[in-house]
Amino acid sequence: MGALAMLRRKPVGDSIVSEEKQFSLKIDGKVQQISAAPDMPLLWALRQEAGVSGPKFGCGAGLCGACTVQLDGTPVRSCQTAVGDVGGAAITTVAGLQGDALGERLVKAWLDIDVMQCGYCQSGQILSAHALLKATPKPSAAQIDAAMEGNICRCGTYTLIRKAIRMASGQETGHGA
Amino acid sequence: MEHEPALGRRAFLKVSAVAGGGMALGLMVPGLAGATEEVPARLSAWVEITRTGEIIITSKNPEVGQGIKTSLPMMIAEELDADWSQVRVAQGDWNPAVYGMQVAGGSFATPVHWLQMRGFGAAARAMLVAAAAAKAGVAAAELTTAKGVVRHAASGRRWTYGELAGDAAKQPVPDPTKVRLKDPALFTIIGRPTTGVDSARVLRGEPLFGIDVRQPGQLYAVYETAPAHGGRLKSADTAVASAAQGVVAVIPLKGNGQFDGLADGVAIVASNIWYAEKARGLLKAEWDLSACKGHGSADYAARAAALLDAGGGIDLRRDGDAPGKLAGAAKVISARYAYPFAGHGQLEPQNCTALFDGERLEMWSPTQNPSAGAKAIATALGIPENRQTIHITRMGGGFGRRLMGDAMVQAAAIARAMPGKPVQLVWTRDDEFARSFYRPGGWHQLKAGIDKAGRLVALTNHFATFGADGKPARSAQLNPAQFPAGLVDNLLYTHSLMPTVIPTGPMRAPESNTVCFAYQSFLDEVAQAAGKDLPALMLELCAQDKVIGNPGDPARASSAFVTARARGVIERVLADCGWAGRRKQRGRALGFAFYFCHLGYFAEVVDASVVRGKVTVHKVWVAGDIGSQIVNPFGAENQVRGSVVDGLAQALDQQLTFVDGRVNERNFDSYPLGRISATPEIAISWVKSNYPPSGLGEPALPPVIPALTNAIFAATGKRIRSLPIRLG
Repeated sequence: MGALAMLRRKPVGDSIVSEEKQFSLKIDGKVQQISAAPDMPLLWALRQEAGVSGPKFGCGAGLCGACTVQLDGTPVRSCQTAVGDVGGAAITTVAGLQGDALGERLVKAWLDIDVMQCGYCQSGQILSAHALLKATPKPSAAQIDAAMEGNICRCGTYTLIRKAIRMASGQETGHGA
Repeated sequence: MEHEPALGRRAFLKVSAVAGGGMALGLMVPGLAGATEEVPARLSAWVEITRTGEIIITSKNPEVGQGIKTSLPMMIAEELDADWSQVRVAQGDWNPAVYGMQVAGGSFATPVHWLQMRGFGAAARAMLVAAAAAKAGVAAAELTTAKGVVRHAASGRRWTYGELAGDAAKQPVPDPTKVRLKDPALFTIIGRPTTGVDSARVLRGEPLFGIDVRQPGQLYAVYETAPAHGGRLKSADTAVASAAQGVVAVIPLKGNGQFDGLADGVAIVASNIWYAEKARGLLKAEWDLSACKGHGSADYAARAAALLDAGGGIDLRRDGDAPGKLAGAAKVISARYAYPFAGHGQLEPQNCTALFDGERLEMWSPTQNPSAGAKAIATALGIPENRQTIHITRMGGGFGRRLMGDAMVQAAAIARAMPGKPVQLVWTRDDEFARSFYRPGGWHQLKAGIDKAGRLVALTNHFATFGADGKPARSAQLNPAQFPAGLVDNLLYTHSLMPTVIPTGPMRAPESNTVCFAYQSFLDEVAQAAGKDLPALMLELCAQDKVIGNPGDPARASSAFVTARARGVIERVLADCGWAGRRKQRGRALGFAFYFCHLGYFAEVVDASVVRGKVTVHKVWVAGDIGSQIVNPFGAENQVRGSVVDGLAQALDQQLTFVDGRVNERNFDSYPLGRISATPEIAISWVKSNYPPSGLGEPALPPVIPALTNAIFAATGKRIRSLPIRLG
């Protein structure tokens, strides 16, 4: 192929990226040390420096919601959040919903009616739903749609996302979509 | 009416004992490479039963969200009489010698595996029963099985499958094609809503997807290619990018110029994908874009219009004398329909992790079609298929995009340049939009003649599409058997081709997702002109019992058609939505469409309103016939709902436009996907028929598009003849 490999590793050079720094990230209740450029999106710091796989890369522009995590309980797009801006905020990924009563109710509802198809967006979906129910325990149909509008499901599982949220909030029970 | 099994009829089962007293049932396919070699039992096993009673079923097909990793094992577990809670499903690696075809596409996994998977389960069950019979000294006929246990009712004795597995491994293996299968009335696993085998793991954030793969010392790569389709790399100044933060290597790669091969480009390999992407902005590459000139949406539309104006075209199908009958018809209806290029937008961008050790290539790939990647790598890089290992990962959607091996070839080429280093290639969303195998746009000139009694007596379609040397581009062809071929005596389908540098390929329900819009909207026009409605016209065309084509042949699935099944779904959806009693309301109406593809029959009705040019879809009724059995109702209904959401978004919002081979839409702002607030209520009815079950990845999608455009016509009087829908 005539591949011309130029193997070299330089710390910064005249790069457009700022110098790496150490960060202590509180991820799902555990503190983890990582090294990253402060302007690196939290998504890539989590996925590639901290070894977390729940938040997903979808659009890189805050349009799809696959990368959603919670910072101190508020859902944010981790692809649009610089790791240097996180500070001491508690980061919650989908894995952190285990052991959380509301989180487990949501997961159970998600599994009882098997919301997902490919599942790629569902970590972001369930974190948005979790924040909704925390603030609004019995949301109306319009409130559910408004809270979930930023999370794209390319497989189109929206009908079941609505239903699972109603189930987890005690507004609907059992099977039969 | 049986389908050819996925592995051919000569495949046979082989049993091996598993250390510790278990059994493993594997499969041998004579004549396939490696089939005569002794494959370790565990690797080749389809069904493994451990001494503790755990049942490990290998799912060979790629899981892309269609639910096959759950539904194929359900078929085995059913006939095995396994306890589903004791079943664990493992994903099989790419291994055609053991597994035959491993493809997620064409909605054919269910029909081609329906009998075969059940046969495997039944064979394993027969061996367990034989082992119990030998142990107890009774006839096999006196034994029954349920939930992983063999029972002898007369003596009250029972044995778990785990207890019997070691002895069962010594029993002769029955021919899985001859073993007796269950009466479907006795099914306890098939037909029960079953949660996906990986769903809980996804919700724990486990690393199941291709992009989640992490190997020790893994590096990350982006691959810069020509900014327009058909471009070639002239030169690259990599010095600045090479010096950037986190960058390990910058590697210009010369492509092989092949459509499915390696594209010219420059790889940037770094310790973190974000560093690689940042450094990409520092590359100075020069591209030869001369081949891309004049390949734009406006250019294509003008060329297509000229081709349709000129008329004629190459014959695809000619029944009777359509032009003559048109000339003598009481009424002639003529209209042009058009639709744009579209993209798959699967949420997990293309990626592939590859490790080359100097001789062998190992890959972790979210691929719908591992063989395509392996072949392309062998051709482009000279690494033969028998020196490639492909681990198939779960995929964040595919919709046909991952049937191509292009990302795998790129990852392999980068890994080959860095032996011993695992490299994960990740495309950005911009890359996804910029270098797809797009659903091609198309242009139809349709004409119909009706007689004095309002009957459709002639139909012609001149299709302007892409292709060269008399051959349509991939997924740009018109099926000569396209409905209503065979039901209208005078019918003429022709096409005219124009060249393109833009790669085209299958997108969920390929061809059907566009052609259905053109045909069912046009036939709605014909029905109006004849003083009736579209469902009445459809029922009239399908009034006689007819079978057109060979419905048992999955390779020709789209060309086989049973009129009685069409009537079944049409009548059902009309009843469900109260079509006959529908009220005339200003700005709000029902629209209907019917379609048949991938062995599935779907009639759909959309309730839509239009207020100040804004379309709202309130409800969609779907009636589908996919045969005698729904394997997993959860998965089945999810596929239908997803198809409806997908089709509505295509109709309302989606188009890709090009200028000189360069795509304009680069993310989900300019190419919107369906969101929750636009999702209507969706009511699904199944019409059961006495045919083998068929797949659901695709057939529910096409009719929702014309059902919507026909509803808009009924509500506003405005006929939608091009997509996406734009109401001024």
